[in-house]
Amino acid sequence: MILSNTENIPGRQIQEHYGLVSGNTVRAKNVGRDIAAGFKNLVGGELKGYTELLEDARKESTNRMIEQAEALGANAIVNIRFSTSAVAQGAAELYVYGTAVKVGL
Amino acid sequence: MEPEDVIGLVFAALIYGIPVFLAVMGFVVGGMLESAHFKSIKAREAGLSHYPAVPTPSLDPGRSVAHTELVAASVVVSLDYFKRILASFRNIFGGRVRSYESLLDRAKREAILRLKEQSPEAHIIVNLRVNTSQISSTQGRKKGLGAVEVLAAGTAVQYRS
Repeated sequence: MILSNTENIPGRQIQEHYGLVSGNTVRAKNVGRDIAAGFKNLVGGELKGYTELLEDARKESTNRMIEQAEALGANAIVNIRFSTSAVAQGAAELYVYGTAVKVGL
Repeated sequence: MEPEDVIGLVFAALIYGIPVFLAVMGFVVGGMLESAHFKSIKAREAGLSHYPAVPTPSLDPGRSVAHTELVAASVVVSLDYFKRILASFRNIFGGRVRSYESLLDRAKREAILRLKEQSPEAHIIVNLRVNTSQISSTQGRKKGLGAVEVLAAGTAVQYRS
């Protein structure tokens, strides 16, 4: 599966469009990470626990999107967009969407 | 001194002392961490100066593409205690909130550097997008920026050599 956030895959021709594919996941941070982040909040800077959490969540949403595209018979996803939003206190939604296509060489 | 006075003094010291201690610690440690981070960002940016990341989607037309890859990296940052107090004072008078500017600046540069480090064999990152979103207001407080996520994404392109 070739992924890209450009309108087409550089160097390849799009042969067929399969429409929108997307994946989402909502993650809450755990108490341990919250306490660690609370201390880190005093001195500022990167909250590594939260970064890891969001990276994991983004990978999971991307995998769900890829599964959808595979089920449609696509071999690439173009125009991929990411969005993160805080949906509740301490929980964030990671949404990934794009257009499933078939590309040739 | 009466015993009541001593207890009162101890309580006053705790009530006023803890925030002052946290503010001083935030100022000293937070400032040190920030300058160390900026130093590391500058050094890594200089090392990767041959590898641009651009928001345009266009490619070098004269070269054929060997490989493309979606790259994405996020950085979650928050302000230190001292700067958070400063920023809340700034809310009264309005104007530039410099402490947030430098925080977001280093988060964005860090995220772009991580993109490049994810695909070191590529020549250029095209269609670079950078998003900022607030993911939580810390410790249940509604005010303040809390933790902010900066997400950078792009397509890493490797040309045929």
